[in-house]
Amino acid sequence: MTDIGVFKIIPLRIRLAWTRFAGSIQSSWKTLVIWTPFFWLLIFFLAPFFIVAKISLAELVIASPPFSNMVQWVDGSVVTIRLVFDNFIYIFEDPLYARTYVNSLKIASISTVFCLLVGYPIAYGIIRSGPVAKPLLLFAIILPFWTSFLLRVYAWMGLLADQGTINSLLISLGLIETPIQMLYTEFAVYVGIVYTYLPFMILPLYANMEKLDSTLNEAAADLGSGPINTFFKITLPLTAPGIIAGSLLVFIPATGEYVIPDLLGGGNVQMIGRLLYNEFARNVDWPVASAVAIVLLLLLVLPMAVYQHYQAKSSEDT
Amino acid sequence: MHRERSRFLSIMLFVGFTFLYVPIILLIIYSFNYSKLVPVWGGWSTRWYGVLFESPDVWDAVLLSLKIAVVNATFATILGTLAGLAMVRFGRFRGRTLFGGMLVAPLVMPEVITGLSLLVFFISLKQLFGWPTERGFTTITIAHITFSLAYVAVIIQARLTGMGNNLEEAAADLGAKPFKVMTKITIPMLAPGLLSGWLLAFTLSLDDLVIASFVTGPGSNTLPILIFSRIRLGLRPDINALATIIILFVAVLVAIAAVILFKQQKRDLLDQKMARMPEV
Repeated sequence: MTDIGVFKIIPLRIRLAWTRFAGSIQSSWKTLVIWTPFFWLLIFFLAPFFIVAKISLAELVIASPPFSNMVQWVDGSVVTIRLVFDNFIYIFEDPLYARTYVNSLKIASISTVFCLLVGYPIAYGIIRSGPVAKPLLLFAIILPFWTSFLLRVYAWMGLLADQGTINSLLISLGLIETPIQMLYTEFAVYVGIVYTYLPFMILPLYANMEKLDSTLNEAAADLGSGPINTFFKITLPLTAPGIIAGSLLVFIPATGEYVIPDLLGGGNVQMIGRLLYNEFARNVDWPVASAVAIVLLLLLVLPMAVYQHYQAKSSEDT
Repeated sequence: MHRERSRFLSIMLFVGFTFLYVPIILLIIYSFNYSKLVPVWGGWSTRWYGVLFESPDVWDAVLLSLKIAVVNATFATILGTLAGLAMVRFGRFRGRTLFGGMLVAPLVMPEVITGLSLLVFFISLKQLFGWPTERGFTTITIAHITFSLAYVAVIIQARLTGMGNNLEEAAADLGAKPFKVMTKITIPMLAPGLLSGWLLAFTLSLDDLVIASFVTGPGSNTLPILIFSRIRLGLRPDINALATIIILFVAVLVAIAAVILFKQQKRDLLDQKMARMPEV
């Protein structure tokens, strides 16, 4: 009732306007819900890719911003579109880029396999834990995922350095006499990727395993199947969607990783994310940086489409 | 339901959690090291925390990062919730495949690509419309909202499918308009999802280095940018102290949220049980 009292104080014209506004929200509610985030993503996510594609076809000029304009006025009236494929030709001809792309894909794939080998038993172990331990263990997996990625990489710098914890420990145990170089090697990059991306592997695996029907395992055991046989014949195939989702969630971002190769690999490990960043920041060659980004994107389009497919399928299943 | 965990799985859990937590614990211990050389133990001390509190550039970076994180989390939660609703509740609509694709892509897109593309986008905008005049708070916040909203949408979609739409349909049958159903039924039921979404967006923003490095301008250093510029040259005891504060801050925040969510979940279960009880 007090609502109406307050409402009466407001002038009629404003009240009418508000009613009309509320009415229009009511009637176009669905459109508004869809189009507000849709519009945001079209502008700030999709459109930028087209601009990168455009700049990858431009020439480097000494100016700010450092690239040429694709649409040029010739003789004051005719518009010509200049496409320059030089940047792509440059990337394909310079073996440095090819080697770096291959190296990135190699490091990302091997790290993904290690993540899976470590993550799978952990996810399975959590599933098999008691009702009290389960949420706690799951929380303990999620917690590092929320805390800083950068700081977790930094933590490994302290462990792997020449005077770091691991080397000091090995020396004090008398196992080695001089420090082994671990920081600024490819080994350090593998450790860093597996460490930071492990939760991304475990969480989809866990979500997938939670849906498993344990009666299948019992039926297999009743029929005389040993635990190892049951695992390979039943559990592994049924968790394939989780394995694929988790692996892609590690593999795709790891391929373009910049922070880990920079901090743990130093100058000794070339990965494409680092090369792209240096091309952009140090050489200020934005057209080449853009071309590098476009080629990387093309390499990753297929795995991304597969991931999207699984994501859509798993949301339909539930 | 659950069966005994085999010894192998128990060992793997132990090894796995040791691997996850020992580096962080060591990082925290070394922040209390007196020595200037991080890995060389020089006795317990809070010396580096003192150094930290006296450096104004650290405080500037902390403030900028917190400001961005709060604005980002709020906008990302609104947009991500709308996106989640659209995907789960509205069935087929024009452009759904493209929309769904754009909601998933930011989760896996390498950060260098997102960062570079947003930077050239902002520069093109400036050439065309004269906005944004300078890069910093605004551009970083927009960039963060763009990828954070995708994470929020994932959480909201899971919560929406989990809670079903019985109550919403009942309200609609009783004559409530879609907008009213949304504000009176859906949003209150989504509350736990909104909380975790906001918190996730907040921490994602606080953590982002690569995208912020691309879209920032001179003078606008976020906390990760400041930390990165210092640790590139090696270990630093004051960064260990800063890292300890950040890690504990986030851990406490997440733990509080987890407790709230856990209690909420229990209450939901209780409600469901009560609803099923025959009327006396």
